[in-house]
Amino acid sequence: MPRALIKPKHQRLVLVLLALAALIGAGLLAAWALSRQASYFYIPSDLVARPPEQGRAVRLGGMVEKGSLKTMPDGVTIHFTVTDGKAEVPVRFSGITPDLFVEGSGVVAEGRMDGRSFVADNLLAKHDEKYVPREMKDMSAAQAKQVVAQTK
Amino acid sequence: MIAELGLAILWMAAALAALQLIAGSLALRPEGRALIGLVRPVAVMQGVLVLVAFAALITLFVTTDLSVKLVADNSHSAKPLIFKIAGTWGNHEGSMLMWVTIMAVAGAVVAVIERRLDEATLIATLAGQAFISLGFYAFLLFASNPFARLAQVPEEGQGLNPLLQDVGLAFHPPTLYIGYVGLSIAFSFAVGALVTRNVGPAFARAMRPWVLGAWIFLTVGITAGSYWAYYTLGWGGWWFWDPVENASLMPWLAATALLHSVSVLSSRDALRTWTVMLGVLAFSMSMVGTFLVRSGILTSVHAFAVDPQRGAFILALLAIDIGGALALFTLRAGTVTEGKRFAFISREAALVFNNVMLCGILGIVLIGTLYPLVTEAYGVKVSVGAPYFNPAAAIFAFPMFAVMTVGPLLRWRKDRLTGERSARTTWPLLVCAGVGLAVFAGVELAARDITILPALGLAIAAALLPASLLPLVGRNLRRTPLPVWGMVLAHAGIAVSLFGMASESAFSVERLAALSVGEARDVGPWTVRLQGIMPVAGPNWTALEATAAASYAGAAPIMLHPKAETFTNPPGTRTESALSTRWNGQLYVVLGEHGADGRWQMRFWWKPFVPLIWIGGAMVALGGLLALAGRVFADLRRFIAKAKIAVRRVDQGR
Repeated sequence: MPRALIKPKHQRLVLVLLALAALIGAGLLAAWALSRQASYFYIPSDLVARPPEQGRAVRLGGMVEKGSLKTMPDGVTIHFTVTDGKAEVPVRFSGITPDLFVEGSGVVAEGRMDGRSFVADNLLAKHDEKYVPREMKDMSAAQAKQVVAQTK
Repeated sequence: MIAELGLAILWMAAALAALQLIAGSLALRPEGRALIGLVRPVAVMQGVLVLVAFAALITLFVTTDLSVKLVADNSHSAKPLIFKIAGTWGNHEGSMLMWVTIMAVAGAVVAVIERRLDEATLIATLAGQAFISLGFYAFLLFASNPFARLAQVPEEGQGLNPLLQDVGLAFHPPTLYIGYVGLSIAFSFAVGALVTRNVGPAFARAMRPWVLGAWIFLTVGITAGSYWAYYTLGWGGWWFWDPVENASLMPWLAATALLHSVSVLSSRDALRTWTVMLGVLAFSMSMVGTFLVRSGILTSVHAFAVDPQRGAFILALLAIDIGGALALFTLRAGTVTEGKRFAFISREAALVFNNVMLCGILGIVLIGTLYPLVTEAYGVKVSVGAPYFNPAAAIFAFPMFAVMTVGPLLRWRKDRLTGERSARTTWPLLVCAGVGLAVFAGVELAARDITILPALGLAIAAALLPASLLPLVGRNLRRTPLPVWGMVLAHAGIAVSLFGMASESAFSVERLAALSVGEARDVGPWTVRLQGIMPVAGPNWTALEATAAASYAGAAPIMLHPKAETFTNPPGTRTESALSTRWNGQLYVVLGEHGADGRWQMRFWWKPFVPLIWIGGAMVALGGLLALAGRVFADLRRFIAKAKIAVRRVDQGR
């Protein structure tokens, strides 16, 4: 028997070990990369109290404050304020806004902090009655509760 | 009437599946031998009945029978016919019925045509298939009945989500589902072979066409879905690492690994346990995908209904099927005898390496997809996107591509890196590596702002494309078997697709502008002028349509018509992008909002070589098709030859 052919039992063992090593490697790599790259969800009061490091990708969810939406002279950059009733965060966004993005309704902005303001790469608004960003579903329920509490 | 009939037939089919399971399990015991003739006909009949039930649901949608809840919720009488038909599976219940239909029909086909496998393993396979089907029948009949009636018939249906009103809906879900469910056959074969302790080349040869077929459909479904998302969502992206996309990618990765290991098993009788494990894994990934998409824990266009009961049901099915198969695997894996051995430098070893790398990517995607769900259980909301997936997957993908250049040139069992034969392939390989290095150096020197991943992708694609053609060198091309052509084409397709992806992320140019009518903007080599805005109307939508004159490097302009469409049933909007395709890339134009100052928001992308992504995907699928055709023809030829010999024997016997 040629030496290059490993013993049967050993070959299976080597294969199993190799597969295990690769899977454990994948798991460790995933854990490490997730700890650096996962983008956390903030509401304005959290963002103001414990701001994430500059430039780190995060998501910001809240209501677009009434009267805060301004279009810049270039026609495509907008500034608005996102609020959760306790704190406010100024947001800047360049691009085509989603169809249901209006003042007074909910929004989830994907982006990063730049100084004191939030720069959004992408805005997720309620798409229609059926498809709501996951974070926003809870948020509107909480807000509904808040409104009920205020009107009492 | 049709609805009640459809439901009754569905119940009958479920009963037949139960019979198939019981008869199949009993037939495997010596005392139940009498039942062995029952299993195949029952499987065929079950397939026919489910097909009738599915046809009944399509009929209800085509005639827009609004007394049926599903039709009233998802259809509308003013919808074009093709969307009425496609709308049958554009919702939760209908898509699950389609799932069960494909599953039962695939089982019926196995029952009719599979003759090479020993009868016991085949019966065990059909019983396994019936077992999985039963779970889904229960899910349909108890938790998502597609034929439920409404007490009060509404005036008009609620219509279909505008995003789904596209020809894509007619093809993308059925192809993906055939892919997902085709893997259930591979799963059942694996279970059947474990039950009868008959894991070997015969089992692999029976399983291979199914794996190959399912894999082709998955490839087509993913490629088509990616292009659909690209042109319909108006974000200019072709892959978003959305959990639902990942749900289709994971079975594809597992099926790709399975495809390669099953061919090792059938031609070399090695990797027995590994192949069985991948067979279980591939369909498990289909089920995980279904769970993610259909349980309502995700919110996306793909998640139709948010109903925790359904999520729990699918999770239970998942636990029973996968848990059962893994338990069986653990019990029986020890009895699967060791296959043939191979050396460290051999084609088997290269395939094993790439199998492991594919599993690594699978692990990365699975963890990244499930992580947000896990953290949410602890009250932390995160989202995971391209910054995680791209580099983490690349760590496994790039070594895999490197091995892919060499693997097909290696010999089975044992190869040497010295000697005359290897010298013949060494030089071409070195040239390929040189091309790759030159491209990498060129990209790094010419364009410093390009990040490392796209640069590496371009270099590896440039080396992989010529290397993937090398297996043809020195062969008589006329006598090269079809499966070899298939392999070469599929590997070249991977290189082409990789080149498209890397080029898209390295060289894309984006412009965002507010334009008055008559104004122009440059984007890359293009100049786009907004010429006018017109209102237009379709069968069930109205839209604003822009006319944009796009000229490439001063050439005569091409007219493009991006639209912003508004639907009334259900209310919704959709941006229809306009594309202009050249050999070296694609111009992508989107119409946005009308500003207060009278200007129109427009967004342009110039994406060099982006169509190669989907052309490469199509090449991969076509390669699979060639391989499948080669195998099936070979089988047919053998079958005909056997039949002739048998006839001759009978003649001589006279």
